[in-house]
Amino acid sequence: MKLTTTKRLERLHDRYANGDLSRRTFLTLTAAAAASAGLSMPWMGRALAAVEEVRFDGWGGTVQDAIDKFAFQPYTAKTKIKVVQGTFGDEDEIITKIKTAKPGDYQVIHSSGVNYYIKYVNGGLTSEINEANIPNMVNVLQPMIEPFRKLTPKLSAVPYDYGTTGIAYNTKVISPEEAKEKGAALLLDKKYAGKVGGYSDMTTRVWYAALATGQDPNNLKDMDTIWAKVRETRDLAKKFWSSGAELMDLLSKGEIVVTDAWSGRVAALQDQGHPIGYLDPAGSYAWMEDMLILKGSPMTECEELINFMLDPATSIAVAEGQSYPPSLDPTKVKLTDKIAKLPAFDPTGTMKALTFADPTYWATNEDAWTKQWNRISKGA
Amino acid sequence: MNNRWTLYDPRLAWMLVAPVLLLLIFFLVLPIAVMAAYTFFTFVTAGVETSALTTANWQEFFTDSYYSGFLLKTLRVGAITALLCGVLGYFPAYFIWATSFRHKWLLLLLLIVPFWISFTIRTFSWINILGEQGVINVALLKMGIINAPLPMLYNEGAVILGLLHFLLPYMILNVYVSLEGIDRTLISAARSMGCTSAQAFREVTLPLSLPGLAAGLLLCFVLAAGSYVTPQLLGSGRDALFGNLIYDTIMSELNWPMGATLSIVLFLVLGFFAAIYTRYMGMSQIVKGLAG
Repeated sequence: MKLTTTKRLERLHDRYANGDLSRRTFLTLTAAAAASAGLSMPWMGRALAAVEEVRFDGWGGTVQDAIDKFAFQPYTAKTKIKVVQGTFGDEDEIITKIKTAKPGDYQVIHSSGVNYYIKYVNGGLTSEINEANIPNMVNVLQPMIEPFRKLTPKLSAVPYDYGTTGIAYNTKVISPEEAKEKGAALLLDKKYAGKVGGYSDMTTRVWYAALATGQDPNNLKDMDTIWAKVRETRDLAKKFWSSGAELMDLLSKGEIVVTDAWSGRVAALQDQGHPIGYLDPAGSYAWMEDMLILKGSPMTECEELINFMLDPATSIAVAEGQSYPPSLDPTKVKLTDKIAKLPAFDPTGTMKALTFADPTYWATNEDAWTKQWNRISKGA
Repeated sequence: MNNRWTLYDPRLAWMLVAPVLLLLIFFLVLPIAVMAAYTFFTFVTAGVETSALTTANWQEFFTDSYYSGFLLKTLRVGAITALLCGVLGYFPAYFIWATSFRHKWLLLLLLIVPFWISFTIRTFSWINILGEQGVINVALLKMGIINAPLPMLYNEGAVILGLLHFLLPYMILNVYVSLEGIDRTLISAARSMGCTSAQAFREVTLPLSLPGLAAGLLLCFVLAAGSYVTPQLLGSGRDALFGNLIYDTIMSELNWPMGATLSIVLFLVLGFFAAIYTRYMGMSQIVKGLAG
């Protein structure tokens, strides 16, 4: 039977009255109880109580709308556990917030794959998932799980979806034939000076500079040439966007006519009827996203949530809603025709057709390259 | 010894001021001190630093011309914005002060109406005005005055325009408060002694309103030089200011020690200008202006 504080104090008083406790001991224990009751913080109560909510932070926009509608709302209806949501435009932004918060304030992050996973690992922010609590992980593509497991044998994240950063263009200005012919070079076409956009992100900028200079993005030999190309794009660009919402705004309003873009966001624009084309040039930047559980989170509930999200019915609905293929293995789970038509979808489940960033290689150069990119983006 | 407290007892004064002092210590002095300490921490990798003390961050700041160049550019944009605010803000303030309109309060209310709308939304609104599909370009194109949209957005001009929009009310209020403090009989006296209206303005009104103008200039300069959102939304990467540099260093490079160093630099530089102003003009004018 669980004792209430009042009951404990009554028993303590009885023991003192019966002479079982000295006056000093009684007063000390009473004072300690009073202090613990008086000094307890709201979070202590929440921590001790049953978990009623889980905190999730993601990319907002159409992606998070789909997750909310097809995963969180049914999950809450089933378990009565509410999913409190936050958004970020850039994952470094949420890492900064996590660093300044108490463990447990932020719990599940829709993270950008292995490149960012390293940052959480380095910062000591990761947890250890009990995979037995996520039985739906058996359906997740092994080629997506392995890179995470190489970094931490005990996982803190589960891959959830993937996509590419290809080239989006306004079909009223650029024909599909021209786009196909020029590929990544479209971003450097002087004809579109002042109408070019791009993601304000070091990896994307360096990746596309690598494609433009014919280098392997996972083994760059000549960084001077890379930075020269990055500057060239910068000089042609009207604006480097910093969130999916900004990308969609710039493209839909015609402020830019060509940009590198996230496949799912472009699909959302196409669904809305905007004249936007999309192509993945050879070596296009592929990325995966995962559901990462942070240290200090209520593990059982978070694992339960992720297991629910990985349920084939949920995962397929989310994938169709956000226009990014799910991490489910198409050789194990029957996916829909709509998913099969999504950009970047790999029907083989081997992921060999996609070029992902080598996490170790990029992590080694991340600090120096990010610094250099930040300078170039500001005119240096 | 008499321990009874008197009305002007210093102990009473300390007690009254203690809550504010504590707030200042905990929410201003202490955070700045922590940030100052951070400037000597060692950056390891993105998001990771150690408390091993180093002067590397300061050395980088003083030896890398990238930072000083940015600082000078920020001060230049701040100065241009403040001067434009001074020129454009003086006349409305003078008009509000001089008008015989019965409902002067309504004019003052109009000044603060923009503050009822979020600053970010106000800044975003310029995109719909200056953009290629914005009101101005669409109107000019439809009237056949231009053949191609004018590039009015994502440049330094757009940033300064956004800052003016944000800061002009501060300038007008400062100048207005200063004008309100002028004894109008002095102007009448000047006129009765043969001054024309222009001479009375030049010899009496303008000199007496200068403290308000100076306070407005300082306020606009400091707020413009420390701004982050406006250049982020209305400027291109090249139009970034020192605040954006701090943001990128902390949020994108996850380099807190260097970000703290840059923050302290901006704090010291803007504090230096505020100190000069205080030395010659005093802070009371700004307080009056902000109090409306």
